[in-house]
Amino acid sequence: MAANPMTQFEVYRIGPEIKIGALDISFTNASLFMVVSSLAILVIFNLGSKKNSLLPNKIQLLAELSYTFVSKMISDTAGSKAKPYFSFIFSLFMFVLFCNMFGMIPYTFTVTSHIIVTFVLAAFIFIGVTIIGFIKHGLGYLKLFVPSGVPIVLLPLIVVIEIISYLSRPISLSVRLFANMMAGHTMMKVFGGFVISLGVVGGWLPLSFSVALTGLEILVAFLQAYVFAILTCIYLNDALNLHH
Amino acid sequence: MIKKIFFQLVFFNLFFLKEVFAAESGGMPQLNPEFWISQIFWLTLTFGILYVVLSKLILPKISANLELRKSQIQENIEAAEKQRESSEAKLKEYDDIISKSKLEANNIFKEARENVLKEINVKKETLDKQIDEEVKKVEQEINLLKKGASEKINKIAIETTSELLVKLIGTEVNNSSISAIVDDLSKRNGDKYYGN
Repeated sequence: MAANPMTQFEVYRIGPEIKIGALDISFTNASLFMVVSSLAILVIFNLGSKKNSLLPNKIQLLAELSYTFVSKMISDTAGSKAKPYFSFIFSLFMFVLFCNMFGMIPYTFTVTSHIIVTFVLAAFIFIGVTIIGFIKHGLGYLKLFVPSGVPIVLLPLIVVIEIISYLSRPISLSVRLFANMMAGHTMMKVFGGFVISLGVVGGWLPLSFSVALTGLEILVAFLQAYVFAILTCIYLNDALNLHH
Repeated sequence: MIKKIFFQLVFFNLFFLKEVFAAESGGMPQLNPEFWISQIFWLTLTFGILYVVLSKLILPKISANLELRKSQIQENIEAAEKQRESSEAKLKEYDDIISKSKLEANNIFKEARENVLKEINVKKETLDKQIDEEVKKVEQEINLLKKGASEKINKIAIETTSELLVKLIGTEVNNSSISAIVDDLSKRNGDKYYGN
């Protein structure tokens, strides 16, 4: 049971079964870590914004650096028009980052290693961006699928490819995050299992590998949150500033 | 088109995998739809609350803090700049005052010197005049005395001559003839006898 590297991704009910109609919305370990991540974000950023001193303390510095980091990322990729969506992208980045990072603590659950979670986020972004695009540009938003400077002969093919690539955005966005998190955690679990099975004599090599993997996974946890947020910015940029 | 169909198949199959994976234990727990609804619900709830609290309460505060700090630093820089400018102006003023007062002191010194020189000249002149006058007076007196002295000497000479003549000859000689001789002598040798 413990040897199976996939058991860490199992969702189980904590507390009683809660049902609304036919829908099971029980509180699970996944829900627990969603709540923990959100609370951690709220506590840290609340502390970081409580008092304003000219010389910020560490937690205030952390909050302000995150703020400027995300705001710079948005203004770099999506321009000044994306300002109203700053709060959403900030929350998204922080939520994904904290879920990823909490997943790095042993015996915790990684919320973002579940396709349904990342897919819901990605689908929400996809639908939202599409709605924003149509509101801003009306039917002109469809020009997104017709790149300028393409020969007429190639146009039907290009349009089809563009539409496919546009529709596959939520899938690529969600699978990227989910697969990265799942693969990393599975690998760590596998190497951890090697340490146990090879014992004191041969376990050192997988152990050192495991340590290195932990570092890598922390990097991946940050990087994937960043990629998720920056891709959201890029999609938003397409919707706000139609370039084609 | 094939790619699209493939993705659509993958995409839509995810929703109908319950039967496929429910039987298969030990597969990917992610594809077990048992708790999908629960995860969607809790994700929406937590992320929704997170978004609302961050966007309504926390982020505006951080933004305000950053703005405030920026403006404060800007203000401080401006104030420092102003103070520097004012201190430079003060320094200039000070330099002006110093150079002005130096000039004034020089002028005052020159004036005083000129005044003193003038006064000295005036006093010198008056003193010279006085001295000249006194010298003239004294010269006149001396001249008078000189004149008087020759007459008196002549008189004395006449008297002594007459008395000598009386003693020598024993007779009195007319004074007028003696005086004529004396006068004649004194006129001829006046300079020799009385000096000057």
